[in-house]
Amino acid sequence: MDSVTPFVVLSAILFSIGAVGVLIRRNAIVVFMCVELMLNAGNLALVAFAYHHGGLDGQVAAFFVMVVAAAEVVIGLAIIMTIFRTRHSASVDDASLLKW
Amino acid sequence: MTAFWVLAPVLVLAALGLLFVRKAVHAALLLAVVMISLAVLYAVLEAPFLFAVQIVVYTGAILMLFLFVVMLVGVDASDSLVETIPGQRLSAGVVGILLLVLLLLGFGQLGLGAAQSLGAAGGSDNIRAIADLLFSRYVVAFEVTAALLITAAVGAMVLAHKERLEPKRSQADLAAQRVRDFSQRGVHLGNLPAPGTYARHNAVDTPALLPDGGTVPGSVPRVLVARGSVRDVGGFASSPGSGDGGEQGPGPKSPAAELVEAQIEERAWTRPADDADGRAAAPPGVSDPDDGHEDAAVTGDAGEQGEES
Repeated sequence: MDSVTPFVVLSAILFSIGAVGVLIRRNAIVVFMCVELMLNAGNLALVAFAYHHGGLDGQVAAFFVMVVAAAEVVIGLAIIMTIFRTRHSASVDDASLLKW
Repeated sequence: MTAFWVLAPVLVLAALGLLFVRKAVHAALLLAVVMISLAVLYAVLEAPFLFAVQIVVYTGAILMLFLFVVMLVGVDASDSLVETIPGQRLSAGVVGILLLVLLLLGFGQLGLGAAQSLGAAGGSDNIRAIADLLFSRYVVAFEVTAALLITAAVGAMVLAHKERLEPKRSQADLAAQRVRDFSQRGVHLGNLPAPGTYARHNAVDTPALLPDGGTVPGSVPRVLVARGSVRDVGGFASSPGSGDGGEQGPGPKSPAAELVEAQIEERAWTRPADDADGRAAAPPGVSDPDDGHEDAAVTGDAGEQGEES
């Protein structure tokens, strides 16, 4: 067992929990939080592998993931606010006009 | 590794709580626990720069943004735990477990090779090495990131902007609306009655009492009545020395709460909802405009005449 293996296993667990949360939660904000959890799980794997290989490229990649996540959260929450303002609901079931 | 074994159960439990808590605020707080624990794990993995960035960007900026949006959106039907697609929750759990097994099998196939230390890159104090890397090899990506952030900020402003479709209602308009409601529907013209003030309870969830022991309609905010968290004041009204303070949480409605609600329904005592954002809310009691308010309408004629001039 490598010393970095528990971190990677924890990352896989967190990613799976985030994926299940995206599937089962109805509130769009909580769905977004689960997406953030998945991004963080990926970050943890990147940093763990960077630690193992003795390089810094993984840390730089995790930094870029954080920046992209920040931009994504800003846009996503603005979209949620807009949808809530027009149909008074933050449920992902109610935004179904583009379904068919 | 001690920090890891302490933090890993906390992380997993908080992440699992994200699946099961009902309120979005609690989910945001659990996510804060996850983020801070991950920051500590980054410090364990000799990434002090990411430790700081994780705390500043994630728990500082992104989670505050989440909390602000939760505050603006509030509580609605999306918090319900009713399953809209039958069997979806179970199948999602099965898919999640399969995904976990797949990931672990995939990681099991990895040949990681011998571990190398970060000594070549500056050891545990590698912030300067990260800066060198960021501004030499990854400088193009770094600049594109700047463009991305600018685009995101402008996009958020465009999305959150709202055109005002009708003129803003001034204070004079609101007063005129109140007088008009009084003359047409008999809605009470003055202030709402204040909540009750007693020796042990003076919060807004205690209704005021009438001389006959009844409660004053409209003395409790509508939101509290809708939530059913109106304090029972029966102990104060009948026998003050009974000692029972009438503590009541937001459980089943007390007789006092039902009384207040019934009285609010039968007399449209509350003002029509004039929302700050000009949303067209149906005023209460608009379905039956004349339910025993002839006397109020008669007395309100003078006010209406003075209003329309």
